[in-house]
Amino acid sequence: MRSGMLFRCEAAGLAALALGLAAPAFAQAPPPVKAVVSFSILGDMVRAVGGARVAVTTLVGPDGDAHVFQPAPGDARAVADAKVVFVNGLGFEGWMERLAQSAGFKGVTVVASSGVRPQKMKDDDDHGHTKAKDAGRDDHGKLDPHAWQDLRNALVYVDNIEKGLGAADPAGAVAYGANAAAYRKQLQELDAWVRAEIAQVPEPKRKVITSHDAFGYFASAYGVRFLAPVGVSTDAEPSAKGVAALIRQVKREKITALFVENITNPKLIEQIGKETGVRPGPRLFSDALSKPGGPADSYLKMFRHNVGALKAAMLGGTS
Amino acid sequence: MIYDFLVAPFAEFAFMRRALVAALALAMGCGPVGVILVLRRMSLVGDAMSHAVLPGAAVGFVIAGLSLFWMSLGGFVAGLLVAVLSGLVARVTALREDASFAAFYLIALATGVALVSTRGSNVDLMRVLFGTVLAVDDAALLLVAGISTLTLLVLAAIYRPLVIECFDPGFLNAAGARGGLYHVAFMVLVVLNLVAGFQAMGTLMAVGMMMLPATAARFWARGVWPTCVAAVGLGSGAGAAGLLLSFHLNLPSGPAIVLTAGALYLASLAVGRYDSLMTRYLPRTHLRA
Repeated sequence: MRSGMLFRCEAAGLAALALGLAAPAFAQAPPPVKAVVSFSILGDMVRAVGGARVAVTTLVGPDGDAHVFQPAPGDARAVADAKVVFVNGLGFEGWMERLAQSAGFKGVTVVASSGVRPQKMKDDDDHGHTKAKDAGRDDHGKLDPHAWQDLRNALVYVDNIEKGLGAADPAGAVAYGANAAAYRKQLQELDAWVRAEIAQVPEPKRKVITSHDAFGYFASAYGVRFLAPVGVSTDAEPSAKGVAALIRQVKREKITALFVENITNPKLIEQIGKETGVRPGPRLFSDALSKPGGPADSYLKMFRHNVGALKAAMLGGTS
Repeated sequence: MIYDFLVAPFAEFAFMRRALVAALALAMGCGPVGVILVLRRMSLVGDAMSHAVLPGAAVGFVIAGLSLFWMSLGGFVAGLLVAVLSGLVARVTALREDASFAAFYLIALATGVALVSTRGSNVDLMRVLFGTVLAVDDAALLLVAGISTLTLLVLAAIYRPLVIECFDPGFLNAAGARGGLYHVAFMVLVVLNLVAGFQAMGTLMAVGMMMLPATAARFWARGVWPTCVAAVGLGSGAGAAGLLLSFHLNLPSGPAIVLTAGALYLASLAVGRYDSLMTRYLPRTHLRA
């Protein structure tokens, strides 16, 4: 079904491109296209591609958690008014379908992650949660939704956004294409930079502990191991057994990189840090951007911030 | 074997020792407070108060982030406000205290939830609702221990008039003492202990540590003071056993402790020494006498 929609989007996008080229240049200054985006990171990408032609409304704002989001009536109104809705997909926004239905949304929903090679959630027995427990609370199904943590996937996102916007607003297709091309270049440069930075860390030291299991794609793309005391969902309460297993692991593997992530209980990580003698690093941003003016208020800045912090912490033991 | 099961978790991990100390301190303060709540037929007031503490803590969180001081202060002020207002309304109008408690704590709860969702982001509330005993740090531990100490001292000081007021408020007034004063002092203790419990276990679990050992203790002792001692013992046992369960069976620690306390309550109900189901329906003592 998803691939079917992708095909439609693609066809529509091509048609839109042709129309856009044919359209006379003087038909301009239209009202902005209203787009609703499910969460802040994707919202930033849509803004980058849409530019001034698109008015973006983000449902789950900076520092918010899309896993446990509860839509308000204002959100339903925004969705009803929107011409196009962007979601991450891969089960990230379980609430979106219901919201679109109840709001009477008639436009196109673009799944930004379609075309990405999906990964399964990491099943790591080291930090000891049982499979039954995972199955009970895991509302993602088996797929890991955090595909944007790999910059090459972001290129796919940008393709989908470009097509989606072009379909909703054929007149702007040329502008979207230009914006997308510029953004893609930035993403590629950043990807190269990330690889160069990680390469400076000796391979055995590329191990990180963070309180949120959202870096699966980052891990396989850039060769860093992520271990977490709590599973993927932020509503799981930790058990003493899980915490104990993690502390043993930090001591055994001599991990120096310990991170408080921006949406789960930071006190727990601080305690683990104290017990193992490792100083917790700054916040990593995984599911949400920081508020404007913060260290990670755009997708590109988020990546740069995360990689800088990760590198410093992983090198921590030697210097 | 037994060492591995009972002692090794605490010997190996500082966080387990901290959690244990927090649970024991909590049991020490909450036990007697719970027993007196039961005596005063205010068992459900503890529950209402725990909900009243939550929005105050949430306000503290919105103002200052995850700060022990502000969240505790906020929780304390909000809880106290609800307690005092309910008492006042009960005294000046025909409405009974439990009814006004219900009204005020619901108002407080709704205020807190509304505040958190408009001013903070939606995850903050979860953090306020479910603290975890595994993440207790030095400051929180000092707070919990300090509140327990204070509770025991104050209870010792006002014990006699407080208990008399439970049974015969008319007598206390006739004897020239002001019962209302002791009542307020006691409510302050209730709120303080819930704030302590909230630091260690989250607002929703804290009240379990207060009420379950107290109700269970009722089946093991007669007299107020022995019941308090039994409640402290049962609460401590539940804390230690719950942590061990959480460690060995991989259960979340807060629910593990409260469930252990619940199991102790059910066991006491069945086989306790006084007024339990066993003594009522299997009266062996008659034959012996």
